[in-house]
Amino acid sequence: MLSLTPADIDAIRLSAKVALAATALSLPFGFVAAYCITFLRFRGKVLLELFVNLPLTLPPVVIGYFLLLLLGRKGWLGQLLELAGIRLIFTWKAAVIASAVVGFPLLVRSIRIGMESIDQQLIQASRTLGAHWYDSLLTVILPLSIRGIIAGSSLMFARSLGEFGATIIVAGNIPGVTQTIPLAIYDYASSPTGETLALTLCIVSVVMSLVVLLLHEVVGTRIARRD
Amino acid sequence: MEIRLTVQKSYAAFNLEADCTITGDRVGIFGQSGGGKSTLVGMFAGLCRPDQGEIFLDGECLFSSRRGIDLPPEQRRIAIVFQNPCLFPHLSVKGNLLYGFKRCPAADRKIDLSVLVEVLGLESLLHRGVNNLSGGEKQRVALGRAILANPRLLLMDEPLSALDDTLRFQIIPYLKSVSEQFGIPYLFISHSLVEMRLMVDHLLVVAGGRIVEQTSTEQLARSRMEESPVGYINLLRLGIPRPVDGLFAYQWGDGELLTTTANDQQDALFELSSKDMIIFKRHPEAISARNLLQCRVLGTFPAGNKVGIELACGSERLVAEVVAPAASELGIVAGSEIFAAIKASAFRRLG
Repeated sequence: MLSLTPADIDAIRLSAKVALAATALSLPFGFVAAYCITFLRFRGKVLLELFVNLPLTLPPVVIGYFLLLLLGRKGWLGQLLELAGIRLIFTWKAAVIASAVVGFPLLVRSIRIGMESIDQQLIQASRTLGAHWYDSLLTVILPLSIRGIIAGSSLMFARSLGEFGATIIVAGNIPGVTQTIPLAIYDYASSPTGETLALTLCIVSVVMSLVVLLLHEVVGTRIARRD
Repeated sequence: MEIRLTVQKSYAAFNLEADCTITGDRVGIFGQSGGGKSTLVGMFAGLCRPDQGEIFLDGECLFSSRRGIDLPPEQRRIAIVFQNPCLFPHLSVKGNLLYGFKRCPAADRKIDLSVLVEVLGLESLLHRGVNNLSGGEKQRVALGRAILANPRLLLMDEPLSALDDTLRFQIIPYLKSVSEQFGIPYLFISHSLVEMRLMVDHLLVVAGGRIVEQTSTEQLARSRMEESPVGYINLLRLGIPRPVDGLFAYQWGDGELLTTTANDQQDALFELSSKDMIIFKRHPEAISARNLLQCRVLGTFPAGNKVGIELACGSERLVAEVVAPAASELGIVAGSEIFAAIKASAFRRLG
């Protein structure tokens, strides 16, 4: 019999919360990064591109370890935050940051593809019609890259649901606090009696991913129809 | 309008240098593609930065490398009608039309939506999306959008090139009349001499990154007669035809012209090549050509081994061409009376 324990429900809720927060947190930064890479010409652009894409190729565990070094008690950012009374390591917020960093390149990539498909002349037209660059950004670039934004957000959300390596290092695996679905599955899989429980969470995982993909399709079709 | 311009810009294998003053409210920039026309347009609008130089519009400095001035496009109030309509696909026709209007300072708003919509015949389209409009409709919306931004100068950068022939000549009256009606000076950029002659009287010829000539369109058309495979193109505006024995008779000057094709539109445009006219010294007794016009020679101009002949037929003017020996044999000089024969099929309908 497949059933969920209260700890499983906590893990599901936490996973959704972390994925949502990570996506929401990354979205403005992802949009700005995609804008800079697509439309601006500046020194060090290649470096920015490399930096943005690095998490895509690095093992998540490595990212987690770097984050731990940065945000930990002895890390320079960690120390600063500590002074402000903020502790991130081993809280759900650390899981959000881990997911945000790991999923960031996927988000930027999708938004970038959306932005690259915008006809440059549309932007020029808006400028000659009296729009400042930020006005063009909000009234032409943003609405025309909305598909990329939606695709990137869904991808990022789905990726965050599955984040494991970086999360376990910076947030740990504390049931009810930082234990997301993948971490809970990991726990069940390592215990001799957890097979059914692991399977149940796997099914939940599949269902959640399907829902995200389905939502993406529905929203995408709606936008296409509106066009 | 007066534009003073001294600019220089280098690309990898292209170097643009221009130093001139452009005056007049309807001026053309003519030349083959790759000659630097679009770069000039970009410089006027602020979309392309010259390496060095200065650009003044009606005395106001738009760009000066010496003084470190480079007004951004939104402050120049120079609108563009591009080759492709470049309509915002996420906005309705009305949203597109009002895009520039909303961003124009209230003090500069002289043209309002309702008047323009009526002039351009866009009433029924206002609430539609722009993606399903026809090519001609899109270009009319693009024109309306540019005009409603209440610019002090309108740049038309090959606005007709993406349209087929029929549409091209349907849009031209709009381009011209709207700008004139609302008093907006324009620069018309094109590689088509016929378009130029319909849109402007005065033009700059651009080639190889240089302004090689400033001349009148008429003068340019005559000077190109020699090298052009179609000769000099006479443009005739004809009214409503009357069917005659399977042909169409149009009122023209003091008489009538017979053509094989007709146009149901009022004020239809026809072209007639200078090569399609045969000149007679005396009235030929019988001739297959359906149009025989008695004309007076106003003047002649040389064009290589040919001679262009400017003819007056009543109040109308035509240009014909003959080879130089024919001109001397017939003794064609200003003031001679001659007959010009034109086949009914020689008139080609434009649009």
